[in-house]
Amino acid sequence: MKEQLMSLLTTGQEEIKTIDNSQDLMHFKVKYLGKKGELTALMKEMGKLSQEERPIIGQVANEVRQGLELLIDEKDRLIAAIELKRQFDVERIDVTLPASQVHQGTYHPLYHVLDEIKAIFIGMGYEIAEGPEVETVYHNFDALNAPIDHPSRSESDTFYITDNLLLRTQTSPVQIRTMKNNTPPIKVISPGRCFRKDEIDATHSPMFHQIEGLVVGEGITMSDLKGTLNAFVQKLSGRQVRTKFRPHFFPFTEPSGEMDVSCFKCGGSGCRFCGGSGWIEILGCGMVHPSVLEECGIDSQKYSGFAFGMGLDRITMLRYEIDDIRHLFENDVRFLKQF
Amino acid sequence: MRVPIQWLKDYVNISGIDVKTLDEKLVMSGSNTETIIDIKGAVEKVVVGHILSIEQHPDADKLTVCKVDIGLDAPLQIVTGAKNMREGDYVPVALDGAKLAGDLNIKTGKLRGQVSEGMFCSYQELGFDDKVIPKAFADGLLIMDKPYPLGADVFSVLGLDDQVILFEITPNRPDCLSMIGMAREVAATFDLPVMLPDTSLHDEIQPTTPSVKVTVEDSNLCPRYACRVVEKVTVGPSPQWLQSKLIKAGMRPINNVVDITNFVLLEYGQPIHAFDLDRLAGPEIIVRHAMEGEEMETLDGVNRKLRADMLVIADQKRPVAIAGVMGGQDTEVSDQTVNLLIEVANFNKSSIRETSKVLGLRSEASSRYEKGVSPEIVEDALNRVCHLIEKLGCGKVVNQSVDVYLKKHTPEQIVVRPDRINQILGTKLTIEEIQGFFMRIECTVVPLSTGLGVTPPSYRLDLLKEIDFVEEVARLYGYDQLEDTLPQDASFGSYTKRQKVERTVRDNLTGQGLNEICTYSFVSPKILDLLCLPQDAPWRQNVVIRNPLGEEYSVMRPTLLANLLAVISRNAKRQVEETMLYEIGNTFKPRTWPVVDEPIEERRVAIGLMGEDVDFFRIKGVVEGLLGRMKIKSLRFVPLEDSPVFHPGRTALVYSGDHCLGTVGEIHPQVLKQHDLTKRVLAAELDFECILNLANDQYLFESLPKFPAATRDLAFTIDRQVSNQAVIDVIHGCGGALLDGVSLFDVYQGAQIDASKKSMAYALSFRAPDRTLVDEEIQGAMKEILRQLETQLGAVLRQ
Repeated sequence: MKEQLMSLLTTGQEEIKTIDNSQDLMHFKVKYLGKKGELTALMKEMGKLSQEERPIIGQVANEVRQGLELLIDEKDRLIAAIELKRQFDVERIDVTLPASQVHQGTYHPLYHVLDEIKAIFIGMGYEIAEGPEVETVYHNFDALNAPIDHPSRSESDTFYITDNLLLRTQTSPVQIRTMKNNTPPIKVISPGRCFRKDEIDATHSPMFHQIEGLVVGEGITMSDLKGTLNAFVQKLSGRQVRTKFRPHFFPFTEPSGEMDVSCFKCGGSGCRFCGGSGWIEILGCGMVHPSVLEECGIDSQKYSGFAFGMGLDRITMLRYEIDDIRHLFENDVRFLKQF
Repeated sequence: MRVPIQWLKDYVNISGIDVKTLDEKLVMSGSNTETIIDIKGAVEKVVVGHILSIEQHPDADKLTVCKVDIGLDAPLQIVTGAKNMREGDYVPVALDGAKLAGDLNIKTGKLRGQVSEGMFCSYQELGFDDKVIPKAFADGLLIMDKPYPLGADVFSVLGLDDQVILFEITPNRPDCLSMIGMAREVAATFDLPVMLPDTSLHDEIQPTTPSVKVTVEDSNLCPRYACRVVEKVTVGPSPQWLQSKLIKAGMRPINNVVDITNFVLLEYGQPIHAFDLDRLAGPEIIVRHAMEGEEMETLDGVNRKLRADMLVIADQKRPVAIAGVMGGQDTEVSDQTVNLLIEVANFNKSSIRETSKVLGLRSEASSRYEKGVSPEIVEDALNRVCHLIEKLGCGKVVNQSVDVYLKKHTPEQIVVRPDRINQILGTKLTIEEIQGFFMRIECTVVPLSTGLGVTPPSYRLDLLKEIDFVEEVARLYGYDQLEDTLPQDASFGSYTKRQKVERTVRDNLTGQGLNEICTYSFVSPKILDLLCLPQDAPWRQNVVIRNPLGEEYSVMRPTLLANLLAVISRNAKRQVEETMLYEIGNTFKPRTWPVVDEPIEERRVAIGLMGEDVDFFRIKGVVEGLLGRMKIKSLRFVPLEDSPVFHPGRTALVYSGDHCLGTVGEIHPQVLKQHDLTKRVLAAELDFECILNLANDQYLFESLPKFPAATRDLAFTIDRQVSNQAVIDVIHGCGGALLDGVSLFDVYQGAQIDASKKSMAYALSFRAPDRTLVDEEIQGAMKEILRQLETQLGAVLRQ
């Protein structure tokens, strides 16, 4: 009987070598260890053995069972590994095949840049003011100290709806509305669409966007204006740029100025991009003219303020080196998807 | 304003200052440079030559062979096709190796067998623009007016070796549109004295002509009118120095009389006009309003019809000039002119602007008058003209002049408070420093108890208020000297709810894979037809631009859909046929028709989809996704069948409660056709104001369910016309408190089902917050739902 048991193990050891899949292994397990399996069959004959032989043979039978179980476990692990490998072989893919098309949404580049600019000014304590695109002549010109015969008022420069209504040529009327409806301190930026009668070409568009800023309070100085604009320009460009703050003229501010920044492209040495000057003009600004403050019901002896304005389209074009303003309004999807 | 630097030196000593420094400092004191032009440019090796002989080329009819002395031992031989030179002339000679304008290189070579050791030059070849070249030399060589040192650089001897700074003059500083004005700016910037031109007269004569009587009828439009007679005039070319200055300033030399008036115009910024005295109807000038409809022929040969609000200079019979705009043809100075009347006057700028605008006639004179000229310049400018006439010997100035100065300009003293200056600029300037700045711009300053009493010079018409003087201090102190500070306040910035909601809408739609677009606020009225709108459609009553750039951009958009479709169409034409776009923008609606008051500007959100697998339910999903993100509840899609823009069977109005949020649907095939679109386009236009009003940003966390849901499927047949919405409404109406969700998972029409019916299958889920439901609890609800579906909608349960 001992020999029978031992030979069962030996046969098992031989047989299992040929097994290479989990189904055959299951059959093998049933054949040897199952309820109707060979080991069980041998064990049933244990009853015929003497008292002395029974524990010895029992031990042998246990060892054979353990031996078979060990064989099965080992084989099981082996087969699992093989089968996994087989699965991987079958499932292998070409990872260089094209991806499934997932539509990538984008923000329009103008509004993408505007979002950044808004965030900078919100961070500096500004609120955002908005106003209508169709404005009154009063808000767009009269209240802004624009001389009655100023060329910008002419029909060749400004779009009119009626004698009294026009498409705003700047977002400054929002400043007027803000000053009239609030008391200082005032600290706002007003971004928005503006319109001027320019024929469409690579650098002109009858519709464009401005962002203007307005700060009115006690003790607001031109040094504050300069500091604010320098801080803004550094934040917007994300690096140190040199700026040039130089005098200019606007009817609604005095003293007035313009700010140039060192060319993004050449860093100031002069290139085609900046017209060789090394500088790029980006904004106009100044101290709010006392007449404008008074027109808005603000005591110009007690309060002072500064205002600035810049072209969003121009800044966006400079930022992404867009060479033609028409791209911004044509909305070619291949253009839009780049931002 | 073109400022030739060598010429500038006549009025201010800048010999120690290089051009770069001059430019940089002037920019910082307020005179922005547009560009600096080097007159000579790349031109090299062009020298003075004296033509010794001219002989016919032996083998070419149109060429001549010339011997030219350029100061070397032997003359050069030059072959030329030019015709306007004579033996003895002094001409510019481009030597072997010379560079000329237009990248032209000159080398010794042979022309039809004859050696040519250089080339004679025209003004064009030296780099001058046709519009400044004297007529006499327009088609030939530059023939110099007199002998110059042989072999010398032509630019140097002619006074053309110069750089010209092109200044951008701001509208508040018309005084800077003159050499003297710019010299004053340079002087103020570098703290130097200004040297004014010589206006002295030494050789005045007793007039032989009767003295001229001047009457000014409207002194508001003509504050000052001065004139003087010049007799025995000889009209001819001006000397080269004068011609060169005009050329550098961008003006064409004409003749001595005209050149002198232009030269003084450039010097002082004061327009000057010269009449042929003998062609006036008599010795009288009347400055009067034109008679309505009165006509005269201006110098440019155009017959002008005048209006009564225009000012003219007239003789006893007729207008001889449109005041400050242009002289008349009849009295123009010509080669035959013997006696001149030199007019130097001051006119009202608004009147000149209006006249010039109405006539569509702008001149060097009108463009200066309309910006503003000080009447105080008149006398100096007139004397300067007379001085130059004497100096150039082109006439005899009479010893009497007329000056009718009815509106005397007296600059007002302004009180300027040094404290105020420091307060506005954020500086700590002393009174002495401030006073110093005012002295530099030639103001008179007296100390007052209230501050400084500052009187501006008469030529500065822009210094009228204290703030104007603050600006003067700022620019002379230097903006670059100001400190960088930030406002000392405790403000904090934030977005309004409106701005946040707009931002969330953009984030959501971009997040859903859509591309944001930006289109013009104005559209073509044709879009109304492209959208197939009936004649009485409300969108046809819109806000019209009176003076549009063109019809294409003449109407303020009543809807965003037109531009959206145009963009989709444009992309499709460029073979971009998958488009998922959105735009947030204003639409415009008149309050009254026609427009009187500010129109209503409504912000809207437009969404447009085109491409494979895009159908109504795709865009409905986008809209539901967006409105769901805004926490707008109880959305209902109600069929819309009568929109001209949308497909009658595939369009819905979106409601939340009673609020209509907008339209969603497939674009009408007719409208697609109008836009040359062949694929279906799905679009939505939503009312942003409504989204804003309904958007809920105050929502709270809802606990996650602790107990599992029990689901039951329900399938039934029902009339085809019954909508999903109707079924869901019934189920929700009677499902009881435990009903957690209803979702349609199958709709079937076809075989095994009556043609008037459809099969619908719903998954219903039930849940209680505090326990796992048992079957009995659900059975009741299911029975009631089925019963209501049967009675209300005629549903029949499918087994």
